[in-house]
Amino acid sequence: MMTYLKNVTTLKFIPELCTGCFRCIEVCPHEVFHKSGNRVEVYDRDKCMECGACMMNCPFNALDVEKGVGCASAIIIGALTKREPNCGCDTGTSCCG
Amino acid sequence: MEDNCCGGACGILPSKSRNEIGFFQDVLKMDSNVTFRENLDHLLVRFGKKRFAFSVKPGLYALGDPGAYDHVLVSANYKLTFDILRRSLKNRNLWVLILDTKGINVWCAAGKGTFGTEELVEKIEKTGLLEKVSHRKLILPQLGAPGVEAHKVQAKTGFRILYGPIMAKDIPKYLDAGLKTTVRMRKKEFPLYERIELTALEMIQSWKLILAMAGVSVLLTVILGDLSSLRISLDLSPFLLAVIAGAFLTPVFLPWIPFRAFAVKGAVMGLITVAGFLFLVPAPLGQMLFIGASVIAVSSFLALNFTGASTYTSLSGVVKEMKYAVPFQIGLLSLGIGFRIFFELLGRDL
Repeated sequence: MMTYLKNVTTLKFIPELCTGCFRCIEVCPHEVFHKSGNRVEVYDRDKCMECGACMMNCPFNALDVEKGVGCASAIIIGALTKREPNCGCDTGTSCCG
Repeated sequence: MEDNCCGGACGILPSKSRNEIGFFQDVLKMDSNVTFRENLDHLLVRFGKKRFAFSVKPGLYALGDPGAYDHVLVSANYKLTFDILRRSLKNRNLWVLILDTKGINVWCAAGKGTFGTEELVEKIEKTGLLEKVSHRKLILPQLGAPGVEAHKVQAKTGFRILYGPIMAKDIPKYLDAGLKTTVRMRKKEFPLYERIELTALEMIQSWKLILAMAGVSVLLTVILGDLSSLRISLDLSPFLLAVIAGAFLTPVFLPWIPFRAFAVKGAVMGLITVAGFLFLVPAPLGQMLFIGASVIAVSSFLALNFTGASTYTSLSGVVKEMKYAVPFQIGLLSLGIGFRIFFELLGRDL
């Protein structure tokens, strides 16, 4: 439906390592992957939100993506404190609802 | 509890550590009735009430009267989603394993890692789930996947993970179809009512920024020496406009506003809103330029922040946006302040 910016995703797929378990298709919330024969292909890279679900659930290391907290305030805090983006509240209670 | 503990002098273990060993052994009861009071709390939490304490006890819950062959669902201990889950499961016998995500919803917790492999494995072990069911299947919400490595959980516990539908309301269909999803059940959309649900908190959370901006504006008025009440009302209203444009109108009209970048969408809505305002409420030139610039800049920034609550933006995209957006916002704001000072001093001198 809605697409964000084009050509920014850090998603990497190594087809040679894919065994066709289809876990990535099961977990991806934006239909980035499609079946291609008995393996998988990247169908729509620009829909990727870098959540990391595919990478976490691929037992064969065929997928890699740079995931992290994506909210603007977290990035600003991270840049100012010279660390990784973080919401600044590590108690677990944060801006997320 | 430990609040009344004498500090260890008595030699008896404080309640916390004594309970923790068997803390998750009890099977907790869960039903599918959500009361009026609970529904009211759901609404209030969307406005920020009790947001940091809206959780349920983690552990293994029995919905109905589940036995050794009944399915096990897994979810987070955020009361809002806990209630949404259980009201979707009327007249069923199910086990529900609730993880400790510190009251955060599944998707955010998965991103942070609290709805994750370690927590899931720990709760499986501490609740004795292996003895409660004879099958070895766990049904997880699809949006828990960013935090969970299914193959690792299987290796450590013997339980095989199946990812169920995104929405709790699809779970009955999923179960009745023999644990099968449709393509639609696996797609996360961002419909209007979900966007509206988020606006209250987006607006409320912007208060610090707005207060700072109003402070700057009032300071300028004082420094420039004109304290008529009209000026002061003009000072505060732009920032309310910015909040409406960036934290309400942009989320609501999101798919229909041109451009993909949220900061640009926010700037567009800011421009439209402030143009309308200045058409109805004319002001001296310097003031107008300041109001115009600040509403666009602040609206753009608030819209940029909305990326964190959206369902389809990526970290890489937000970083790219920010490289252009934040300097633009700061620049525009400075320009606005400069124009106001310039025109007011100019007007004075003529």
